[in-house]
Amino acid sequence: MKQTLNHTKAIYKRELGSYFNQLTAYIAIFIFLIFVMIMTFAVAQFMRVGDASLQYTFFYWHPLVYVLLVPIVGMRMWSDEHRSNTIELLGTFPISTWSAILGKYLAAATVWLAALALTFPIWITTNYLGDPDNVVIFSGYLGSFLTCLSFLAITSLVSSFSKDQVVTLVISSFLCFLLFLLGFDQVARWIQTMAGEGLSEVFTATGVWDHFRSLNVGNFRLQDFVWFATVISASLVGTNFILTSKRS
Amino acid sequence: MIEVSNLCKTFGTKTAVDNLSFEVKKGEVLGFLGPNGAGKSTTMRMVTGYFPPTSGSISICGIDILTQPEAAKAKIGYLPESAPLYDDMTVRGFLEFAAGIRGLEKRAKDDAVEQAIETCFLNKVAHQAIDTLSKGYRHRTCLAQSLLHDPEVLILDEPTDGLDPNQKHEVRQLIKRLGETKAILFSTHILEEVDAACSRAVIVDQGKIVANGTPQSLRDEYKMDSLHDIFRKVTTADTAA
Ligand SMILES: Nc1ncnc2c1ncn2[C@@H]1O[C@H](COP(=O)(O)OP(=O)(O)OP(=O)(O)O)[C@@H](O)[C@H]1O
Ligand SMILES: [Mg+2]
Repeated sequence: MKQTLNHTKAIYKRELGSYFNQLTAYIAIFIFLIFVMIMTFAVAQFMRVGDASLQYTFFYWHPLVYVLLVPIVGMRMWSDEHRSNTIELLGTFPISTWSAILGKYLAAATVWLAALALTFPIWITTNYLGDPDNVVIFSGYLGSFLTCLSFLAITSLVSSFSKDQVVTLVISSFLCFLLFLLGFDQVARWIQTMAGEGLSEVFTATGVWDHFRSLNVGNFRLQDFVWFATVISASLVGTNFILTSKRS
Repeated sequence: MIEVSNLCKTFGTKTAVDNLSFEVKKGEVLGFLGPNGAGKSTTMRMVTGYFPPTSGSISICGIDILTQPEAAKAKIGYLPESAPLYDDMTVRGFLEFAAGIRGLEKRAKDDAVEQAIETCFLNKVAHQAIDTLSKGYRHRTCLAQSLLHDPEVLILDEPTDGLDPNQKHEVRQLIKRLGETKAILFSTHILEEVDAACSRAVIVDQGKIVANGTPQSLRDEYKMDSLHDIFRKVTTADTAA
């Protein structure tokens, strides 16, 4: 157990180092911040609307930004190992595949945690300008990060299939976009008129939007945590399965 | 130390390794010879626990690699055929990472990395980024990685591939020296290396062992003086088929 932890830590450190060596992390964080700032201040007019809990002006845009940016950060996770064949080194080191999967996953997650942390000026601004409910804001951050983690786990799964990073990027983005669309307000309404109440509810529960949104407004519903935990663990278990079966 | 029995590997309908059995004892250097596509690398990938075999068993220092992969892999140092490396790291950074994975810490880790750099003549490039290394240096960096934890079993897939004549000589000497205390399995296309470094040689062809013995016993058996002639006699050339 302690050994597994050490292996995970070694992989994690290497991966994190390489994100920052290859500038991927800086670029993704930079684009994320720019995009979120533009959306918040220019498009949604945060200052004028006075949306103190940041629901509509700030967090609202995160899933859409993640659809593209999360796969960009995660696409090399396993694709690069396949391409450069370093997977053969990992596969013959005395470590379990899980150490490698978790180490890589957590390193990419850390990049995103840093990106979210760097949005703190917005949080300070709201506290300076008004009297927001900081629990709701925290819950908003949690929803945002869990959405990011789900997309990252999907990217991990897709990257375990392909040694081509571009293929990984396109397919993961597409899958994340589908997951985003399924429960998205307008789409949900459209499905409701097309296919009726029942099917619409199923779609909404399957997509990420409803779960993200409920945390956004400060609802801690069990079903949302179950959804995020299911998507993340299923994708990581899938990654393990693909990596194992690829070898034989 | 390496015991392989009735090892088979099929890819789809293609048989890459066909009922292979051999043994390498402590203090032995086994040269693994055979034409392209004979199944050398595939065998090594199974012995190192990378590929699961279709059937057969492999034990490393008495540990079954299929049932206790992590314990068995800890005993092995492995140089894969393509000498894969993480391009974004420096030579030293990479070796430190590999040493960390092998469970070495602090002083022991620094010493092991220093020793490996020394042994593989990497001083000049220790702080260079791996993606700027020449082919030979890449190969030596990956070889250094396999020596870090002073493993009891060394498995080297074409360790002298891409090295200059001086380095080829050094690596043969190294294999010979390490072979006194370890069990070494290495593959090569350079038959001179068999005389230079091996205590025994196995020739495989189409996944089967076609010759097995010390260089001298092979010469006696086939009544030929040159290993090249023996190699040509026992293996099927692509051109013939
Ligand atoms: N992952 C794989 N999928 C399908 N076939 C494979 C795979 N790996 C190896 N093979 C096949 O198995 C056979 C043996 O290949 P292997 O790489 O073991 O040969 P080798 O003896 O190392 O040859 P070389 O001297 O060229 O390195 C080849 O015919 C190869 O095409
Ligand atoms: Mg080979």
